[in-house]
Amino acid sequence: MGAFSAAFELIASGDPVLLEIIGLSLRVTLTAVLIGCLIGLPLGAMLALLRFPGRSGVVVVFNALMGLPPVVAGLVVYLVLSRSGPLGPLNLLFSPTAMIIAQAILILPIVISLTRSVIEDLWEEYREQLRSLGSSRLRAVPTLLWDGRFSLVTGILAGFGRASAEVGAVLIVGGNIAGHTRTMTTAITLETARGDLSLAIALGLILLAVTLTLNTGAYGIGQWGRRAAG
Amino acid sequence: MITCRHLVLGAAIALLPVAAAAQEGEYITVASTTSTEQSGLFGHILPLFEEETGIEVRVVAQGTGQALETGRRGDADVVFVHARELEEAFVEEGYGVERFDVMYNDFVIVGPGDDPAGIADAESAAEAMAAIAAAEAPFASRGDDSGTHVAELNLWEAAGVVPEGSWYRETGSGMGPTLNTASQMNAYALTDRGTWLSFQNRGELEFLFEGDEVLFNPYGVILVNPEMHDHVKAEAGQAFIDWLISDAGQEAIASYKVEGEQLFFPNANGAS
Repeated sequence: MGAFSAAFELIASGDPVLLEIIGLSLRVTLTAVLIGCLIGLPLGAMLALLRFPGRSGVVVVFNALMGLPPVVAGLVVYLVLSRSGPLGPLNLLFSPTAMIIAQAILILPIVISLTRSVIEDLWEEYREQLRSLGSSRLRAVPTLLWDGRFSLVTGILAGFGRASAEVGAVLIVGGNIAGHTRTMTTAITLETARGDLSLAIALGLILLAVTLTLNTGAYGIGQWGRRAAG
Repeated sequence: MITCRHLVLGAAIALLPVAAAAQEGEYITVASTTSTEQSGLFGHILPLFEEETGIEVRVVAQGTGQALETGRRGDADVVFVHARELEEAFVEEGYGVERFDVMYNDFVIVGPGDDPAGIADAESAAEAMAAIAAAEAPFASRGDDSGTHVAELNLWEAAGVVPEGSWYRETGSGMGPTLNTASQMNAYALTDRGTWLSFQNRGELEFLFEGDEVLFNPYGVILVNPEMHDHVKAEAGQAFIDWLISDAGQEAIASYKVEGEQLFFPNANGAS
């Protein structure tokens, strides 16, 4: 119960540090989701429609990558962005940009795999129609993506969920620097380490509330869109 | 139209980090330990330094071993850690310029209130550790190559004990998580005083042993060698080190208190 009242007090106080942390968490994760979608949606759709040697292997690999441990993704990004790594001169380690890259890597397989699954089903359904219109598989991609947009939202939300909830990757590549790369999840980890468990739970509740709000919004827009689309 | 609007919005979100980066002033990255961060020391002294110099200090809190590795890779400008031997090796290998004494705190041994191994009356830290091993009372070890872990291993060696068996549990994590574990298992643990004093989830753990000189825990600060990594912000990093060992920095460290107790004792002018 202490955690609930602590969470409420934290929000009510409008603590600028808390707002900054929430803002950074959202900025990082939403940017990562956007990048994941810009790359993952077309790639997933093409994977659903194109036939090429080794396609099954690619499908299995992306399915498996949905289970990529965030710590491993973080470590790889860390080694690449480190000053001693190949992209060291860009000076991106311990920055929000590094966290966005790590999260986008975590999101990408989810968006690709779920998009592939949705588009494959749609293609089965509309194959005859699209063929009769003389549409090639590749040119059907935008049509099918648009048609499956409501189902695709679920995949995008799954990607958002994975990114907003993870701590292993952002901790390694961001460094949990106060006022610079501290997000909700790394702040929760820090408060747990300090033994301030009620503050940690309070932050967890706030993160859940933010996630719930976003999901409610997405669901509401989806419902509205379905009705509008008839 | 909707997609168009989405794209504009998306581009705006994507550009946010870039915009934020453009506003940044001068900053240095300091790789330090969990004990300095989690005890709240940095929260107390860094604003004073930033106000005086305008240089922002970004602290990445890691175990001493990891912090030195961060320095070796050139991912920090300054390392601020506590494991004398490792620090000296870091300088000898050429990764660090010079080690400066800054301050010390001390380690204490905490454990279950009923003290099954009877360490509260021990004459020395080594005797206390030997008693824990003899009683095979649960002991939670950091097990992470941190400064605290290194100090703990030295104590076992002094006690003539090879710590192994089901009573000896390595958590492989930071000081706070290790104390959380110890609190749940009612285990003994070696901790720095600062983390213990600011730690809130103590359960039945109590403060049992302190005061042996071998428990003193000196912190050193080292500039990462610009000859190894030419992007190191040597000037700003050195300014931070100079401030830490100046009167102003030393006073700032001494004035940090938790529950009325001073956690860190400045010793910049002491023998190095």
